[in-house]
Amino acid sequence: MRNPLLVNFLLVFTIFFSVTIFANESEMNSDETKTDLKTEIDEYIQHHLKDSHDFSLFSYTDDDEVTHHVGFPLPVILWDNGLVVFSSSKFHHGEEVVASGNNHYKLYHGKIYKTDASGTINYDPDHHATNIKPLDFSITKSVMMILITGFLMFLLFRGLAKSYSRNGGIAKGVGRFFEPIIIYIRDDIAIATIGEKKHQKYMPFLLTIFFFIWFLNMFGLTPLGVNVTGNIAITTALAILTFLITNFTGTKTYWKHLFDPLGSSMPWYAKIPLYVILIPIEVLGIFIKPFSLLIRLYANMQAGHIVIMSLIGLMFLFKNWIGSSLSFGLAFAISLIEILVAVLQAYIFTMLSALYFGFASEEHEHAEAH
Amino acid sequence: MVVTVGYYHWFIFFWQTLLFLALVFLLWKYAWKPILNAINDREEGIKDALAAAEEAKKEMQNVTADNEKLLKEARAERESLLKEAREIKEKIVTDAKELAQAEGDKLIKQAKATIESEKKAAVADIKNQVAELSVEIAEKVIKEQLSNKEKQLKLVDDMLGDIKLN
Repeated sequence: MRNPLLVNFLLVFTIFFSVTIFANESEMNSDETKTDLKTEIDEYIQHHLKDSHDFSLFSYTDDDEVTHHVGFPLPVILWDNGLVVFSSSKFHHGEEVVASGNNHYKLYHGKIYKTDASGTINYDPDHHATNIKPLDFSITKSVMMILITGFLMFLLFRGLAKSYSRNGGIAKGVGRFFEPIIIYIRDDIAIATIGEKKHQKYMPFLLTIFFFIWFLNMFGLTPLGVNVTGNIAITTALAILTFLITNFTGTKTYWKHLFDPLGSSMPWYAKIPLYVILIPIEVLGIFIKPFSLLIRLYANMQAGHIVIMSLIGLMFLFKNWIGSSLSFGLAFAISLIEILVAVLQAYIFTMLSALYFGFASEEHEHAEAH
Repeated sequence: MVVTVGYYHWFIFFWQTLLFLALVFLLWKYAWKPILNAINDREEGIKDALAAAEEAKKEMQNVTADNEKLLKEARAERESLLKEAREIKEKIVTDAKELAQAEGDKLIKQAKATIESEKKAAVADIKNQVAELSVEIAEKVIKEQLSNKEKQLKLVDDMLGDIKLN
């Protein structure tokens, strides 16, 4: 371990999760109606696609009908007239009420509700919980993955940056693999869509977003299966950043294009009836562009996860050699395709963001040609 | 299977935005900037090196061309020098030949003239000697023949006889 950063990280990680692997036991009544396999798989997939307040690796039920959950607890951070912080292990996977000061909290269907001391959840006629939800800023599984990915990216690319100065401008190690990708993003995405002159100020965003989405997509394919990029909140956050950058760096030409797309090609009285239709469409376009970004990434990753997990679930449902091995083969094939999709979606997000930045940073002389 | 899309947590949105911006900033400061700078520097370096190589190649070509030119000039000069030398040689030889011829002719002429005059002198000398010898011989013969009377008479007779015949 030559890298001091890595050592520090591991140190902090171990201290932070000093009780890393904890086994949590919960009694299951043997007379409780057992859900059939199909529903169980369905619920498992649903559960997998969701974020959670603890980092569960797997769970199993032993001979004594006791369910063990193996994983890490994560910190729960709430804002409820003051900061409330406690470990997610206190929830015991939603089975126990956590008392903090005079307040009590309960985890119910992945969300934290404020309850009374006994943990009563009140429901409205549609069976939705009506309890107050405190502002939740918890470090959940997804947030944890974002942190880990960010940290890995920082280590990786900091290492690459350092290797240049050490080796006289030549990348060493894994940097050799990533350097062509960086050059590709610069030359074939940024310069190709934004142009030689203005691409530089967009480079940090484009490079970060590409590797961020790619790495998170790849992490989603590991057995840990953390579905981060398949979470619509994540893709929304990314798309909003693209939206903000596009419109805040928009040049005069860009805005003129939006509100006066026909320019001087027509007299003003002829433009008015056209603009009644055109301008709303253009304005709508500003929002539709990033919206398509967020939906595309979210839907692709979500769908990929559902398909793979369903195929894996089918292996258990078939319970015969042909069906199960067929499902296995299919799941394997889809997994391979998902590896491609992982990089493809990262590429598309980056490419389209760059394209929008290109529109925004368009200069006058170029616009004249339209 | 029903997929629940309604799952949406604002805190994830909050963390994502915060963490992502922090990541962009950190990576820009500590990774992307030095990486892109290093790549740019390297590309500039390669470009410069290529340009320098091109320059060197051109210079080399120039030098080679110059050399070629010099060599050609030198060769031409040598050629002309050789030609000139040959001409000079030929001229010298011809001149020498002519001169020798003239000198020889002159010498021969002189020799002939000398020989002629010598011959004339010799012939004149011989004539003189022959005349003297003849006179001496005649003198001796006359002296001999006129030594007695009989012979003197006889001579007179003979002479007389010759005159008769004439």
